Amino acid sequence: MNLDQFGNDPWWLILIKVVAIFAFLVVMTLFTIWYERRVVARMQHRPGPNRHGPFGLLQSLADGLKLAFKEDIMPTLADKVVYFFAPVISTVTAFTAFSVMPLGPAVRLFGHSTPLQLTDTSVAVLVVLACSSMGVYGVVLAGWASGSTYPLLGALRSSAQMISYEVAMGLSIVAVFMTANSMSTSQIVDAQAHGQEVSWLPFPLPGWYAILLLPSFLIYFVSAVGETNRAPFDLPEAESELVGGFHTEYSSLKFALFFLAEYINMVTVSALCTTLFLGGWRAPWPVTLLGSGVNHGVFPVIWFSIKVLLLLFVFVWLRGTLPRLRYDQFMRFGWKILLPLNLVWILLLAGVKVMQGSAVPAGRKVLIIAAVAVVALLAVTLWPSRKAEPKPGELPPQEGGFPVPPLDLAVPPSPHLKRIEAQREPVSVGADSEESS
Amino acid sequence: MSFLDPVRGFGVTFSHMFKKVVTEKYPEVRRPPAPRFHGRHILNRHPDGLEKCIGCELCAWACPADAIYVEGGDNTEAARYSPGERYASVYQINYARCILCGLCIEACPTRSLTMSNEYELARDDRQDLIFTKEMLLAPLLPDMEQPPHPMRLGRDEKDYYIGALTKPGTSIGAEHAKGEGAS
Repeated sequence: MNLDQFGNDPWWLILIKVVAIFAFLVVMTLFTIWYERRVVARMQHRPGPNRHGPFGLLQSLADGLKLAFKEDIMPTLADKVVYFFAPVISTVTAFTAFSVMPLGPAVRLFGHSTPLQLTDTSVAVLVVLACSSMGVYGVVLAGWASGSTYPLLGALRSSAQMISYEVAMGLSIVAVFMTANSMSTSQIVDAQAHGQEVSWLPFPLPGWYAILLLPSFLIYFVSAVGETNRAPFDLPEAESELVGGFHTEYSSLKFALFFLAEYINMVTVSALCTTLFLGGWRAPWPVTLLGSGVNHGVFPVIWFSIKVLLLLFVFVWLRGTLPRLRYDQFMRFGWKILLPLNLVWILLLAGVKVMQGSAVPAGRKVLIIAAVAVVALLAVTLWPSRKAEPKPGELPPQEGGFPVPPLDLAVPPSPHLKRIEAQREPVSVGADSEESS
Repeated sequence: MSFLDPVRGFGVTFSHMFKKVVTEKYPEVRRPPAPRFHGRHILNRHPDGLEKCIGCELCAWACPADAIYVEGGDNTEAARYSPGERYASVYQINYARCILCGLCIEACPTRSLTMSNEYELARDDRQDLIFTKEMLLAPLLPDMEQPPHPMRLGRDEKDYYIGALTKPGTSIGAEHAKGEGAS
């Protein structure tokens, strides 16, 4: 797909697309809340919300209306302007990020040929990353403007988490850029349309980057969970541990905006995952055998939605399965495991790319691969292992087996104590004192 | 223990999605409670319709929540409500206070007060939670007669109490709300 076809739409078509994306996201939010509650309930042997509308589908609509009509509390110590704009920043960035998601190929719409995508640029994926970075401002400002301690600390936790996992997320996308040779979302989808021919393999590699770049896919998904503050990485908003994180002081519609932003972010990272790793709006493999018709008309939007919903299911599945991480474990996981893994993987991939492009004979290539493998193996085996920590039931080796201080332990007196003692008159103890009394 | 253990939890949650839901669909499907469930009280009658309650107030004294209020009255030859001298002219149970512990049932000397299985005791007004004697009295069965009326099953109350050993009236169905178990 060529980038030239973007930016030529008449204004009313752009308006239609904007409204359609807005509606899609709001409906997806309402649906996702219901979907999450139903799925988690089923995992816990409960039916979930089933009172309002068919299968309880209108439950989140009712909740949203109730939220909007609640009392809007403005804390006395709040910075009024910032307090008002923080949820707006979060929501606007969440909506903006979706503007570059390709929902389908070029279609005829009211006499115009236009792609089912609001816009695209040569750096579209970076737009999504930028939006999620800007979203952190909403969180930080909300915590700061509340004029309260808990939201401030919650905002620090949230922003630290989002920034940390954004790094891992950005690096996991690098592999996709390298393989697709593009940062435009529509072109990345196109790049996954066909399997890649590799000279030294008898069959073409699969087109989906989830298979081709499996480590990147896994790292992306883990960091996406961290980025959206979802379980098991929901430390900033841990309901069972904290008051509520950065939005503690928020109520009514302002709180609803944060809620909306959180769920839209979930949909956005799922949509980006679909676009980057799962072939975007293209039909999955067995369906493509039916013919090329499955990738025309409204079908791409359906495939896209199905893939996004499946990813959202995984989000819910994670929430239903895993317990929450401790904060230090969580940070260590992000910086010390995901990040180095990512860098090594990118290095490997870069090596493969360079070898594909070079004119080195095949025998030499095998040698190089073998050398890399041997070096990696050596590094793994010879890596200085951690000092074995004593097992929980076992005491560290010590004299006598128990961690007791030696019998002749001489505690050096404190320097302050020495001065005080010198100034103090000696007080007689025992027989002397009884005599004097 | 195997290297798959960290992933096994996902299988557990996934498979549980297809298991039966344990929730009871309460307002639509009402499952009967256990037979001896402590529900709201019943003031039972003798087989001829006379009330078993003699207005002794032992239930009110036994009540740890002070939920029962009884006023005794004298039976006369003209207006007899129960066999013997006394009957309860006023009998009220306040379900805003009652904890349904059943100590009143144990205290009752004539097995007049028993508990049904009815548990839907929510009202939207505190006043409505005070159940009066008319609301608590067991319904009249076909061969019963609305008191006041003279003793039909014997000469004095002793005949009634001895007869209750073999013909307990409504209190045999104490476990059922509508007196279905009455002999």
